[in-house]
Amino acid sequence: MTESGFTEAAAIILAAIFTGNILLHYFLGMCSFLACSREISTAAGLGLAVTFVTVATAPINWLIYNCLLAPFNLTHLWLLAFITVIAGFVQVLEMVVERVSPTLYSALGIFLPLITVNCAILGASLFAIIRGYNVWQCLLYSLGAGLGWMLAIVLMAGLRRRMQYADMPAAFAGVASAMVIAAIMALAFMGLGGVIEMKLALSK
Amino acid sequence: MIVWSCIVLGCIGGVLSAAIIVCRRFLADYGLCAIDVNSGGRTLDVAGGQTLLEALRSAEVFLPSGCGSRASCGLCKVRLTDGGGAVLATERPLLTQGDIRGGIRLACQVRIRGPIAIELPPDLLAVRLYRARLESAGMLTHDTRRLTFALDEPLEFHPGQYVQASIPTPDGPVFRAYSISGSSADKKRIELIVRLVAGGAGSTYLHRLAVGGQMDFAGPYGQFRLSDDPESELICVAGGCGLAPVKCIVEHLLSARPQARCRLFVGAKDSRDVMLMGFFGGLAGRHPDFSYVYSLSNPRAGPADWAGRTGMIHHAVAHELAPGGGRQAFICGPEPMIAAVTRVLIEKGLSRADIYADRFEAARTWTPAG
Repeated sequence: MTESGFTEAAAIILAAIFTGNILLHYFLGMCSFLACSREISTAAGLGLAVTFVTVATAPINWLIYNCLLAPFNLTHLWLLAFITVIAGFVQVLEMVVERVSPTLYSALGIFLPLITVNCAILGASLFAIIRGYNVWQCLLYSLGAGLGWMLAIVLMAGLRRRMQYADMPAAFAGVASAMVIAAIMALAFMGLGGVIEMKLALSK
Repeated sequence: MIVWSCIVLGCIGGVLSAAIIVCRRFLADYGLCAIDVNSGGRTLDVAGGQTLLEALRSAEVFLPSGCGSRASCGLCKVRLTDGGGAVLATERPLLTQGDIRGGIRLACQVRIRGPIAIELPPDLLAVRLYRARLESAGMLTHDTRRLTFALDEPLEFHPGQYVQASIPTPDGPVFRAYSISGSSADKKRIELIVRLVAGGAGSTYLHRLAVGGQMDFAGPYGQFRLSDDPESELICVAGGCGLAPVKCIVEHLLSARPQARCRLFVGAKDSRDVMLMGFFGGLAGRHPDFSYVYSLSNPRAGPADWAGRTGMIHHAVAHELAPGGGRQAFICGPEPMIAAVTRVLIEKGLSRADIYADRFEAARTWTPAG
């Protein structure tokens, strides 16, 4: 890979993790983010499952869009097609993981049915198409998006754990404080925006 | 255009469905698996791939279960001595460290993928399914219904035990626990007292069930046993619908030993929730050593026609009960009430071993105490 290619790949992954974090910047996958961020181990397991499914489904969806929908001029069907692919893929994946690796299944398996309808996964597939990525860039972007989602939920779980010992007004405890924490985290992540733009400008 | 849309979507759906069917056929098929019960006491051959709870149910072993396999009630705890895989994250909130070390698992979460060995108490092996017909029903209060079922075969139970009603739902039957409130003398009849819980699958179904309607029950469950000592005094404390098993216990005790000493404390929210006062009044008239106290925790929420005691039920117990040990207590009601009453009873000199508590909550969180 040439140096500019490497920089571009790094920029796509880093931007997907930090500045354009699918959770904190686009607010996708919020429901499971708020519901499953009480324990770090649960959050990490769910994050891993989301990353796994995102990386696996985004290239499939990219191929379906570019090899099936676009040639037949049926791009308006993309939402339906992508949702079907993700839901079906998760079903198959659950059975394969259960059979092949009981250890992996006990760590990820219970989260798989939960993430069938996770909007972050659909979002990653859609963004990769909208931004006109090729299949490799799509793969990198989906990896970054999944890792970014995982990073956000694990950080959130750590923060919420500390918040349990905080002396907080009753009305503010729970989801209310979690929303404010998410907002502050989003601000912090956006602060990294300049770094990646600078890196891209320097490489040109 | 529309034709092509249908064809392309059909192709995607078809490929995925085919993949799922192939996986189901070849990956999710675990063949027949053997469940060894109580180290060789009994061997059950069940289809693999299902949960332990479903497998046992198909082999007519009925574990208690109150939440419809959602891993939220913890009733289906069972000891695994071999097989079953690692403890899942869904089970951890309901298991203590001691449980995990001792091999206790939730049967509704353990999936059978190979031979497995479990231990079951003999009581549970005696549990079976009964077919029942609703014989009569009537409202006890504005939201509580008393139902009497005629059973197809006699059910042997101890007062204080409960049954699991099989409630038909669109997703298949779910089981809900209800205490038996009728006398244990009539083995072919069970009486339940059911309070309507908003959105509750079991209570809604039982409140709508018409006389003559069919219903399946598994039972009996529960470990409470009345003391055999004729000198022992029984103290019963019931909160709300927790009166159901208490009624059965008191009725049984007084018919077996008319001179038995028994104190009953009943807590209700307001005067609309008071039930069975006339029934206990009649018992007190016939049995001089039986007395009862009703206390309303929030009398102002209902009509102002209450002249009796008010306040939380544990205050009534603290006020009315004389200190002394050698007595047995049965408490049935919501968790905070049980905690408060247990504290008062221990202060009064009862030993913890003589206090039996039965948590009586809405179906999702219902758990029996042991």
